[in-house]
Amino acid sequence: MTSTVPRTGRPRLARFVKMRYDKARERQVLLGPETVVVLNPTGADILGLCDGAHSVGDIVDELGRRYDRVVDDEVTSFLERLASRRWVEIPDD
Amino acid sequence: MTETPDGPLGLLAELTHACPLSCAYCSNPLELTKRSAELTTDDWRRVLDEAADLGVLQSHFSGGEPLLRRDIVDLVAHASGLGLYTNLVTSAIGLSRPRAEALRDAGLDHVQVSIQADEPVLSDQLAGISSFDKKMEAARLVKELGWPLTLNVVLHRQNIDRIGAILERVEELQADRVELANTQYYGWALRNREALLPSREQLERAEQVTREARERLRGRTDVIYVIPDYYSRYPKPCMGGWGSRQLVVGPEGNAWPCLSAHELPLPRANVTEHDLGWIWRSSPLFTAFRGTDWMPDPCRSCERREVDLGGCRCQAFQLTGDMTRTDPVCVLSPDRGIIDAAVEAANSDEGPAVPSHEPAREPVLVPVPALVSRPHRADE
Repeated sequence: MTSTVPRTGRPRLARFVKMRYDKARERQVLLGPETVVVLNPTGADILGLCDGAHSVGDIVDELGRRYDRVVDDEVTSFLERLASRRWVEIPDD
Repeated sequence: MTETPDGPLGLLAELTHACPLSCAYCSNPLELTKRSAELTTDDWRRVLDEAADLGVLQSHFSGGEPLLRRDIVDLVAHASGLGLYTNLVTSAIGLSRPRAEALRDAGLDHVQVSIQADEPVLSDQLAGISSFDKKMEAARLVKELGWPLTLNVVLHRQNIDRIGAILERVEELQADRVELANTQYYGWALRNREALLPSREQLERAEQVTREARERLRGRTDVIYVIPDYYSRYPKPCMGGWGSRQLVVGPEGNAWPCLSAHELPLPRANVTEHDLGWIWRSSPLFTAFRGTDWMPDPCRSCERREVDLGGCRCQAFQLTGDMTRTDPVCVLSPDRGIIDAAVEAANSDEGPAVPSHEPAREPVLVPVPALVSRPHRADE
């Protein structure tokens, strides 16, 4: 990976990706072309904050509060993975 | 941050077998369903409801050509209203601007357009109809209306040498995804196998070109390449396992664990007679090869049995007449000789002529075994 996720970037889901609750599996899921990603609660929390308003730094802080531990690497590597698939856009202004 | 899901994720709704194209590798059955025998709009709405209840998250509208169904916009709207991710798999014939706008307003999420080659002569010849220019126009329209665009290309002996030029088209059209899928030999394609199976040399070149394009297009276009299993040592874990991830409903309402299973001598399960939940969970058809208990040797005692799940039941049946045998593609199968013979023919000097070894700028059409086109529709 050459790019890293900028802490000031404000991630949002790509236009063609949908996140919704799947009642059959009792999980949040991400839906895109020919792909279904079933999220665990942490993943769902992170993506729930990817609204184009929260920065990566905000999300790290918020997740840290919710889970009462340091989640920096977890959040950034998760976002980086999704960004490399173009499922998440992280504009940095 | 992600988990492995249970139950069916996708429904492939084959709305009709009618199609303006007549490709010789069509995945539809040799025995096409008549238009008069197709499910009604209400039937399909109920199928979508039951699929959503079962945990299906994506609905793929396919055919034949799904745009030949007058109710396609209604069906997309219904699926979208259920929260399903909706996908249209189309030849693009019939995707006019007003129709496309109506589909967008109905909530359609994603469009897959098939192309047969990179340019009109070969593409129209393979499709059996003048269609290339319409496909290009429709692909541009898909992007213009803001959909993610996937281009579907079935690869075979007669177009695989043009893969570089095909990928240039993909780049020019700014497709978000391209599926370069080598032909799978069932039904029509099996009938035409001699004319379609590429040589090893053709494949190696195509894979090299694809690797280079994948690097070049990284971050812009996802390049998916499906290998031809005849050249593999081990079989594909077809559909991620029998009755495991996907289900197909055909135009007449028969449900299947995969596209080709209609060939198998198993009891039918029709959505007009049974609830889709029962069909998925309990029907003799969907439970026939679920898991590993059904396996004979060499699969039963093989350490790969959970990896490839015995391979493809349809391929075993079509090539050996026994749907419970190990997929003949497997090097451990006693029937591997059937595959080796086909591969040998595709690589022999006397074998079917290969259009061109050099990646020519213009297509070179040379005599090859005649392709048997599928008809556009079943006789009524």
